Amino acid sequence: MAEVRLPKRIMNSGGWCQGCGHGVVVRLIAEVLDELGVADKAIAVEDVACGSMSMSGVLNCDAIMAAHGRPIPVANGAKGARPDSIVYAHLGDGSAYSIGSAELVHTALRGDNMTVIVVNNTVYGMTGGQMAPTTLPAEKTASSPKGKDADRYGVLNVVDLIGKLNATYIARGEIYDVASTAKTKAMIKKAFQNQIDNKGFSLVEVLAPCPTNLHMTPVQCKEFVHTEATKFFPLGEFVDK
Amino acid sequence: MAEKVLMKGNEALAEAALRAGSRFYSGYPITPQTEILEYLSTRMAEVGGFFVQAESELCGINMVFGAAAAGARAFTTSSGPGYSLKQEGISYLAANDLPAVIIDVMRIGSGLGDIFMGQGDYWQLTRGGGHGDYRTIVLAPNSVQENVETVQLAFDLAEKYLHPVIIASDAGIGQMMEPVELPDFKDHDINKFDWAVRGCKEDEPMRACQNIYYAKHSTDYPEYLTKKYNDIEENEQRWESYQVEDAEVVLVAYGSSSRVAKDTVDTAREQGFKLGLIRPITLWPFPKKAFAEAKAAKAFCTVEVNILGQMVDDVKLATEGKFPVGFAGNFFAIPDPDEIIATAKALLK
Repeated sequence: MAEVRLPKRIMNSGGWCQGCGHGVVVRLIAEVLDELGVADKAIAVEDVACGSMSMSGVLNCDAIMAAHGRPIPVANGAKGARPDSIVYAHLGDGSAYSIGSAELVHTALRGDNMTVIVVNNTVYGMTGGQMAPTTLPAEKTASSPKGKDADRYGVLNVVDLIGKLNATYIARGEIYDVASTAKTKAMIKKAFQNQIDNKGFSLVEVLAPCPTNLHMTPVQCKEFVHTEATKFFPLGEFVDK
Repeated sequence: MAEKVLMKGNEALAEAALRAGSRFYSGYPITPQTEILEYLSTRMAEVGGFFVQAESELCGINMVFGAAAAGARAFTTSSGPGYSLKQEGISYLAANDLPAVIIDVMRIGSGLGDIFMGQGDYWQLTRGGGHGDYRTIVLAPNSVQENVETVQLAFDLAEKYLHPVIIASDAGIGQMMEPVELPDFKDHDINKFDWAVRGCKEDEPMRACQNIYYAKHSTDYPEYLTKKYNDIEENEQRWESYQVEDAEVVLVAYGSSSRVAKDTVDTAREQGFKLGLIRPITLWPFPKKAFAEAKAAKAFCTVEVNILGQMVDDVKLATEGKFPVGFAGNFFAIPDPDEIIATAKALLK
């Protein structure tokens, strides 16, 4: 049997729900930091929501818990204070694209040298699965129990929002299976390599399941993300300078 | 060697922050503090620091939050309406035990109010202002020279208590030019505090900058917090007393209005009316101890540039409700000495 090896910086499994995508994303980040040899100078900036559970005995990396929606400016501040450090913001779709959208837009406009990892599970996870800008049309959530009225609320694709600004790299991956997870990891790696090379702003969105709030089994939710969410959020590298 | 120059209040504040070792600023334009942003837009680069004109005050304060967590002496500046937006970040700074300096060059009024000189923010500055159990140390300089000294003190206090410190300046002090002696440059070691995030070695425990309630304390958090605020209240009350001991009526004024109040004391005494002045230098902790000196006082009177007399309640508390507390206030300008004297005299009737 193959030996199961934890990435060096992973201390333990997290307290996430069964089938949640956050744990996989944090693991990928840990692997990338280690492989790039920058874990010693890495600073994670977490949104107060689900992703911040990586600070609770999961990822051994200096970290700041930012207010909801503010990981990007907080990461920017940490990077400004310590330009030699490798700083990333790890946040959800509600944080990055709704309450923190102004900060996202202007950070991308300035092309600030940092890495942003957005976990898009189409809902607000921590507060119990309310509608987000990324909720799909007709998707039922706690605050759209009859299904999202997309004519009223729209669906936000981050590439439309910041694709023509001054980002160096914008990509979207999924963690559906081994192959797609490996592709996503390569995207995350590029997003960090760009920062190491002082190339500017890189954002990777990872489509991830939230079975608890989508009221599905982990497998159903994984399939939903893979088949339904990707219709609105295609995978690929959209900006790669 | 300290240098003596003629400088505008706002620019002196900015220069003094650099000399206090700050190399991080993120701000947003708003009258009457914009000169700070403008000054630093070129000056910060000359000293090798980080400057950014943020897209909003929210962004500005959150960048300061990140820089403070990384160990920098970071600051941001604003005025009333923009300061309101910063409250989110200030609450987080306080909750995380992070030192930072926020400068509010006050204007007048609620909502848009107006851009002219005012002391409209006393309540939001001294009561915390954002959500939760917190207050911030609030320093109120009343001259360009004191502006300069206050910035150094603000950073020192912020680091002493690991807490955000506010400088309550106002349009009067911000816009006036006065001769000022600039202090020498002080270095700040970004690695001075071990809690500051910087990256940890594989075999080191991670540094986690988060709500101090999560980070260090759980059940003893209330005691920890109570002690912190009690210590600040006990140790950091600052004030200037002027002719207080034999005064029948003691004026209480800070910032720009304290300058007029001081002249008013002289004018009144020439007329045989014994006025005195307590000038709070810390608005929080409010200098309650100063009031023990007012042994002959029959009444107190605040002098403020706002409509509702925002400091009156604090004077009533400091004097335990034993004396009448008047309010010589004016929305449009600092009340003139005649107006103040008339209000003060009326309190004796």
